[in-house]
Amino acid sequence: MFDIDTWQEIFSTIRDNKLRTFLTGFSVAWGMFMLVVLLGSGTGLANGIEYQFRDDATNSLWVHPGETSIPYKGLEPGRKVQLTNADYHDLKNNLSGVQHISGRYYLRGQVTVTYHGETGSFSIRAVNPDHKWIENTTMVRGRFINPFDIERYRKVAVIGKKVIPLLFKNLDPMGRYIEINKVPFQVVGIFTDAGGEGEDERIYLPISTAQRTFGGGNQINRLMLTIRDANIEKSESMEQSIRHDFSGRHHFAEDDDRAVFIRNTFEHFARVMEMIGGIREFIWLVGIGTILAGIVGVSNIMMIVVKERTREIGVRKALGATPWSVVGLVLQESVSLTAVSGYLGLVAGVAVLALASKVLPPNEIFLHPAVDFSLALTALAILVFAGTAAGLVPAVRAARIRPVEALRDE
Amino acid sequence: MLRLEGVHKSYHLGRNALHVLKGIDLTIESGELVSIMGSSGSGKSTLLNVIGLLDGYDAGSYWLDGTLIKNLSERRSAELRNRHIGFVFQSFNLIPFKTALENVALPLYYQGMRRKDRNRRAEEYLEQMGIADWAEHHPTELSGGQQQRVAIARALITDPDVILADEPTGALDSQTSLEIMAILREINSRGTTVVLVTHEHDIADLTRRVIHLQDGVIIEDRRVGESADISREVEAAVASEVGPS
Repeated sequence: MFDIDTWQEIFSTIRDNKLRTFLTGFSVAWGMFMLVVLLGSGTGLANGIEYQFRDDATNSLWVHPGETSIPYKGLEPGRKVQLTNADYHDLKNNLSGVQHISGRYYLRGQVTVTYHGETGSFSIRAVNPDHKWIENTTMVRGRFINPFDIERYRKVAVIGKKVIPLLFKNLDPMGRYIEINKVPFQVVGIFTDAGGEGEDERIYLPISTAQRTFGGGNQINRLMLTIRDANIEKSESMEQSIRHDFSGRHHFAEDDDRAVFIRNTFEHFARVMEMIGGIREFIWLVGIGTILAGIVGVSNIMMIVVKERTREIGVRKALGATPWSVVGLVLQESVSLTAVSGYLGLVAGVAVLALASKVLPPNEIFLHPAVDFSLALTALAILVFAGTAAGLVPAVRAARIRPVEALRDE
Repeated sequence: MLRLEGVHKSYHLGRNALHVLKGIDLTIESGELVSIMGSSGSGKSTLLNVIGLLDGYDAGSYWLDGTLIKNLSERRSAELRNRHIGFVFQSFNLIPFKTALENVALPLYYQGMRRKDRNRRAEEYLEQMGIADWAEHHPTELSGGQQQRVAIARALITDPDVILADEPTGALDSQTSLEIMAILREINSRGTTVVLVTHEHDIADLTRRVIHLQDGVIIEDRRVGESADISREVEAAVASEVGPS
């Protein structure tokens, strides 16, 4: 059925009705174009938001101590809660679902870091080895803090790459000693962090060493952990059991929100992703709707084509055309019209996205808009299917034309 | 060849039934040249449509070449039309966006013949009709007489048993009409049955048998050639006008 004759007929109807064919084709192409651009923008939006989450692990719980606000067992409100190494060990050993866990201890007051007379002021974090995973720290050279550093109170430091030019100029910092509040620490690693400029000016120390060296005792300022195989319920139940645990050890009411703050990045992330998913679905809905409008247009046009060609179809039937060959004639025209114009719309959409990706300044809301290939193919398949559907009613109508009526000389 | 026995046919228009054919008994033998005459509304076109399998009938029976034509599927009747019947219409009914050659070849397309073969065959038939030079022209570029020749070539290309012509000269001037009739007679002389519908006596007289229809019944069934000399006269007239072909 798909031979040169039917193609020839399609071309000749197109040739004879350029404007009509163009308008119909345009509406389909436009629908496809909009779908592709919308889907691509959706991807851009999702990329942008994911980029904003790049700094920290998206499945983490952050515990900040606060002050009690509710009287508890005869204790006054307004007491400061102080986290300790015991909290760290307790969560690490007893809380289920923990993937990585780290405490953080901040050096108090003005901290100066010196190397051979060059002095700088950097943010210093004393942490456990797992901190690397929670902050998404990438090692450029050397290594991060390891368990032996913690165990043996080694005086080692891991520095951000922006620290190098400020302290070392052109020297290789690896193995050299920097002085932190006059205490020498050996540089064992250099890192970078996707979080941005500020993150790369930090210095990491082993938490045990810092506590002992700078008079921190067993205090920690912050606890953070990531959740294994995270989902929203799990992250919420872990949050609750931490609160329950800490309320016992630190003597505060379990419903005292101000005693301990727990930031659940996973919940946040999941909600945002859920929203993006919703936006995507909405985009599909709008896009499909636009295509549908185009398809209805094609169906209308095919209806007119059939009406115009009633006599011709009658002649064909008199000459021996079977109903099926007539159906095929109309369907093929409808499918090729939608497929070709849909494809053009697809190409135009992809081109616009590529251009936008190149031209738009990189920003954190809209990043790398793109449509992946399989998605585009799915859209095209929908289109061809729709073309068939659009042609079906006119085709059946054409097949029902009675030659006697079509050929009647008026 | 064709046999109709007590064929009735009504059209239903809303509540009213229009009884068009009221018991037609008719036998047309192979190789006949028959004209069906009658005023408009006499049922002559309906009769031709029934014979041509373009329309059904309500009662009676119709045999085409020994096959009873009754309750055929659309597909089956399309096949029978394609193989056994060639149509010639008053308004030619050529497909406007196809060349003369493609129009002639179309019935063979529905037989599934390869493009090359059917085009070669279409060329032969155009040649026979004397319009081979116009093969690549579209119908609108042809005169009425030329268009009807293309249509006749198209009717003949499947080598049908019977040619059905509905007012084949209705849209043509008198000289061209005679030319077309000469062609139909030529075809008939080679053994193809030709049945034509006309309301012109001149045309009917060029056939060998005239069937007169009035109000859905046959009121006259007359053989021409045996007694009338008119036929020979007209033939001479046609011959002089057409010239040797």
